Amino acid sequence: MIGGAFALLIVGLLRAGGAGELASNERRSGYDFMSAQTRAMQDDEAANPATLWLLDGESLWVRKAGSADVACAGCHGDAANSMKGVAARYPAFDAELGRPVDLEERINACRTGAQGAPPLAWESHDLLSLTAYVARQSRGQPIEIAGDAKLKPFIERGRAIFERRQGQLNISCAQCHDENWDRTLAGNPITQAHPTGYPLYRLAWQSMGSLQRRLRNCLAGVRAEPYPFGAPELVELELYLMWRARGMKVETPAVRP
Amino acid sequence: MSTRRTFLIAAGALAVVLRPNASNATPAMMQEAVRKVVGDAQIRKGKVTLDLPPLIDNGNVIAMSVSVDSPMTPTDYVKAIHVFNEKNPQPNIISVTLGPRAGRASISTRIRLADSQTVTAIAQLSDGSFWQATSDVIVTIAACAEEIS
Amino acid sequence: MARAVVTVPQRAKRGEIIEIRTLIAHRMETGFRHDSYGRPLARDIVSRFVCTYNGAEICRAELFPAISANPLFTFTTVATESGTLEFKWTGDNDFTLDATASIVVE
Repeated sequence: MIGGAFALLIVGLLRAGGAGELASNERRSGYDFMSAQTRAMQDDEAANPATLWLLDGESLWVRKAGSADVACAGCHGDAANSMKGVAARYPAFDAELGRPVDLEERINACRTGAQGAPPLAWESHDLLSLTAYVARQSRGQPIEIAGDAKLKPFIERGRAIFERRQGQLNISCAQCHDENWDRTLAGNPITQAHPTGYPLYRLAWQSMGSLQRRLRNCLAGVRAEPYPFGAPELVELELYLMWRARGMKVETPAVRP
Repeated sequence: MSTRRTFLIAAGALAVVLRPNASNATPAMMQEAVRKVVGDAQIRKGKVTLDLPPLIDNGNVIAMSVSVDSPMTPTDYVKAIHVFNEKNPQPNIISVTLGPRAGRASISTRIRLADSQTVTAIAQLSDGSFWQATSDVIVTIAACAEEIS
Repeated sequence: MARAVVTVPQRAKRGEIIEIRTLIAHRMETGFRHDSYGRPLARDIVSRFVCTYNGAEICRAELFPAISANPLFTFTTVATESGTLEFKWTGDNDFTLDATASIVVE
C-alpha cells in the first residue's frame, strides 16, 4: 500500500517526541513566518487587497435587507463600537442551538432571524466581506475563548480532531503544527496554525477566504475527505484552534502565502 | 455510469495529445518581445534598478519596483519602462509610459512568475537610448499553471 | 462593490513629487489556468491603465497576465496645481473602471 509506506516515511522524518501543546511563550503568528514583502502587504491598508473586501463589508453593514428591511447598523449602530472585541471571542456558544457557532454562522443567524433575509452562501463575496468587516473591528485585540463548562466539551472534540491521524497520508494536524513547525514542507514554512487573521487574503487563492476554506485545504492536503462547509467538525476545530491561540492578537484582515 | 467513463477516456486521450501552454515559454520568446520594443538599438546596462525579492512566498504575488536614474526634466526623462520575463507562458509583464511630469521614474506593482527565472527591466529614455537591469528570482510555488483550490 | 482604492495625498506643495497608489479588484485570470475538470479558464485581465491630472495624461500602463490579481500599481507625479486626478482601467470583456481623487496644491 503506497499510502501506508509514504505515511511511514513521513512519520520517520518527523521529530520523535511527545505530542504536546505549544508553551504560551513559544507561540508565534503565521505573520512571523512570512517574507518581509508579504508582511508589508498585510500592514499597509492601501496595499492590502483585503481592503477591497472591507469596503464592501462596510457598505453591506449599512444596507437594509430582508423582510424586516433593516440593516446591521439598524440594531448594532457603528460597527467600530458594537463589534469591537466580538471576533476575538468567536466561535461562541449559541444557547438556542446548544453548540458553538463561528462568526459566519452568527452573521447568517442575524440575516435569517433579525433581518428576515436569506443566508449568505459560504465563501460568497458578501459573506466574506461582512465577516472581514466585523472581524476587522477586533484587530489588535487578544483572542479570548473561555474554556467554560459549556464550551469545554466542544473544545475537546476540536482537540481530538487536531490530534487524530487522518487521510491517506495518515498525519494529524498536531504532527506538523505542534511538533514540526518552522521546518519546510514543499517550499513553504510550516506555521503553528494559529487562525489570528481570518478571513484573510491568501496569495495562493489570489482572493479572500475563510478559516473553513483553509481547513478544508489542509484536509485535502493529507488526502482526507474535507468536511463540508458548516460541518460541526469544522466549527469544533475552529473553536479549538482559537482556544489554542488565546491571548494572541487578532490580525484580521491578514495576508498569508 | 457511461458518461463518467466516457469523460475519463476522453481525458486520457487528451492527456496524450495536449500539453499545457505553460511549458511553451522560452528565452527566445522574450528576445522577440524585447525586439518589438527596442528594435535594433543597443541596450546598455545601468541606470535601471529592478527590485525583486530573491526568494518569495508565492509566485502569484511578487512585489516589484523599478526605478530609473534620471532627472526627469523636459529634455532628459524616461519615456517608458518595460519589464519582461523568460519563463512565464507570455514574455511581457508590464509597460509603463511616463514623462517629465512624473518627477521620478519609479513604479511598483505585484507580478506573477511561473518558475525561477531572470526578470529584465528596460528603460527607454527621451534621447532614444535603452538601458536595462536584470534580477534573478527563485520561485518555489509557481503561478500560471496551478490548480484552483 | 468597492472596486478601487486610490491613495493620493490630500495636500501637497507646488513642485513636490507625490506618490500615487492604486489598488483595484480584478481576478486577472491569465488564460493559462484550468479548472478541476481540465477545462481552460478564459483570459480576463485588465490591460490598460491611464491617469490624467486636470485632463493631462501623466501616466499610462499596459498590463499583461503576469500582473497579480487585484492589481496594485504605484507611480509618482509632480504636484503642479490643485485639481482632480482621474484614473481609468480597461480590459477584457469590456471591463472599465473609473476613479477620481482631489488634491490641493499650495
